[in-house]
Amino acid sequence: MSPKNMKEEPLTIFSPQLSARFDALVQKYPVKRSALIPMLLYAQDEVGYLSDAVVADVARRIGITELDVRSVASYYSMLRFKPAGKYNIQVCTNICCMLRGGYELFDRFREELGVEHKGITPDGLFSLEEVECIGACSWAPAIQVNYDFHDELDPDRVPGILDSYRSQAKAEGEAHA
Amino acid sequence: MPRLVSHPDEVKIISRRFGQGAEKIDRYIELGGYESVKKCLAQTPDWIINEMKASNLRGRGGAGFSTGMKWSFVPKQSAKPKYVLVNGDESEPGTCKDHLIFLHDPHSVIEGTIIAGLAIGAKLGFIYLRGEYRYLLRIVEKAVADAYERGFLGKGIFGTQADFDIITQTGAGAYEVGEESALMESLEGKRGIPRIKPPFPAVVGLYGGPTIINNAETIATVPHIFAMGAEAYSAVGTPRNGGTRLFCLSGHVERPGVYELPMGYNLKKMIYEVGGGIRGGRKLKAVVPGGSSTPVLLPEEIENLGMDFDQVGKAGSMLGSGGVVVIDDQTCIVEFALRTISFYQHESCGWCIPCREGTDWLKKSLKRFHAGFGTASDIDNIRYLAENMLGRTFCPLGDAAAMPTAAFVKKFRKEFEDHLDGKPCPYAKEGVPQLTVV
Repeated sequence: MSPKNMKEEPLTIFSPQLSARFDALVQKYPVKRSALIPMLLYAQDEVGYLSDAVVADVARRIGITELDVRSVASYYSMLRFKPAGKYNIQVCTNICCMLRGGYELFDRFREELGVEHKGITPDGLFSLEEVECIGACSWAPAIQVNYDFHDELDPDRVPGILDSYRSQAKAEGEAHA
Repeated sequence: MPRLVSHPDEVKIISRRFGQGAEKIDRYIELGGYESVKKCLAQTPDWIINEMKASNLRGRGGAGFSTGMKWSFVPKQSAKPKYVLVNGDESEPGTCKDHLIFLHDPHSVIEGTIIAGLAIGAKLGFIYLRGEYRYLLRIVEKAVADAYERGFLGKGIFGTQADFDIITQTGAGAYEVGEESALMESLEGKRGIPRIKPPFPAVVGLYGGPTIINNAETIATVPHIFAMGAEAYSAVGTPRNGGTRLFCLSGHVERPGVYELPMGYNLKKMIYEVGGGIRGGRKLKAVVPGGSSTPVLLPEEIENLGMDFDQVGKAGSMLGSGGVVVIDDQTCIVEFALRTISFYQHESCGWCIPCREGTDWLKKSLKRFHAGFGTASDIDNIRYLAENMLGRTFCPLGDAAAMPTAAFVKKFRKEFEDHLDGKPCPYAKEGVPQLTVV
C-alpha cells in the first residue's frame, strides 16, 4: 500500500459494516460530537469493551482527545473498560424488583454461576451484574441478558435461562466451525 | 415481553393502540394515526399552543408543568435553530410506561414530535431512549425510517412546504440524564452533568438553540389531544389536570401492570380494585405514589386521595412519573429506604456537593442502621442530613434523594427505633439473605 492510499483510508479496528455506520453517524448531527455516546456503545457491542484501540479510533473519528473520550465514557454505567462475559446477566435489585424477589434471583444466579457481582465465569460465557432499575417495574423481578429482557421471573427459572444461552452459544460455535 | 393488562375502569387514550400492531405504519394510519399532524399543519403555531394549554396536559416526566405553557416560552424569532427533544430516558425506579409506548405505539411519539416542532418552529427533533432500551430503539428507528419513506418526515412533509427531521439517540446508562439539562449535555456527547438555570432550555437549550424537552408519554399524548379535541381531553381528568395517565402499578399487588386511568383516580381504588389488592392477603403498609423520589404515603393518607398533581401535592407527596410502588406489612421500611438511597448514591453525578456527599452519607448511615449498629441520634441525623440537601443542588436529583428519605424517617420512626441497640431487623426472614447493596 502506498503512503498516499494510507492517508485516504485510515486504519480502523471496526468491521466494514460498523465503520460505514460510524461514517454516517458523524454526519448526522448538527455537531459531530453528538455521535460519541452511541458510537461507544455500538463499538462495545462489537469489540466487547472499550479497549485502548476502541478509544483511540473513536477519538480520531470525532476529532477529540482520547482523554476526552475516557472522561465521557467513565460517566455511563453501561460502558466498560474491561471485557464482560459473552452473555452479561444484569439483575435488577431496585425497589420494585426487590419487593418481588430480585435479591433471591440475584443469589440464585450467583450460586448457579459461582461468580459474584461483576464476576465472569472461567469459560467467559457469562458475567453477572447487579444493576439499577431497567424499566420493567410492573413486570418484576426482571433481568437483562445483554439487551434481552426476561421478566416476571422466579429463582427456579434461572437454570433454564442459563441453559438456553448455553445452547445458543453452542449452536453459534457449530455454525462457525 | 411485558404483559399487557386491562381493567374496566381504564380510559384508553394513550394506550388504545397497545397490542394492536400499531408499530407498523399502515396499522397506525388505519387506527387514525397521522391525522392530528395533518390537522395541525393547516393551523398556526399559536392555535396549536392554545389547544395544548386548553387540554390541561401537564408534563408526565414528574414535574407536572403545563405542556402548552412550556411550548409558549420558546421565542418566536431565534437566530439559532430550535429543537424538540423527547425524553425517553425513563429511569425513575417504579416507572416503565414509556417502555410500552415505544414498544406498541412508536408512531405516536413521532407524530407528537412533529406537532411540537410545528408549534415552536423547529425543524429537527430528537428522540432519546435510555441505552438499556436497545430493542425498543430498533422499533423506533424502524418507525422513523417508515415515516421518512412515506414523506411524513424530511423535506416537504405531507406534501406541504414544511420540513421536519427526527434523529433517534441512545443513552448508555445514567439516571441523571433524565434531567433535562443533563439530557442535553449527553446528547451533545458529554458527561450528563446538569446546567445552571436560568437560562432555561426554552431560551438556551441544545447546541445553544431554544429547545423544548418533553417526556415521551407527554409527546405521545399530543396527537390524541388533537384527535379528540382539547376540551374533551381535559374533561377526562380533574380541574387543571387534563386527561389520563399511564400508572405503573408495581410491588406487592396481586395484578401489577401499567394501567391508563383518568387523572384524579382514587389511589386506594387503584391498589385494591385495579391492582387486585395486596398480594397473599396481606395488609398495606405504605405506598410510594409517583416513582422512588416521591415521599411515601401511609394507608390512612390514601383513603380519599385522587391521583392528580394537585391532590397528591396537597397530601405531602408528588404524582411524579406515575410509578405506584405498593409495600406490604412484611417489608422492612429501613431496608426499603436503604435500597432507595443506594440508588441515588449510585446515580449522583457528583457535580453538586450536597448531593454527592449527602447521598453517600445517607447510604452509609442507613446501611449501618439496618445492620443493627445505629444509635438513637442517627435517626435525627439522617433526617437532618436529608433535609439539608433539599433545594441546594443544580438539578432535582438531590431533592429526589432527600425527599423520600426524610419521609421514611418521619413516618416510620418507630420502625427505625426497632433496629436500635444491636437488635436484628424485625423483618429478617429465615433463609433469606440480608440486603447487599450495589
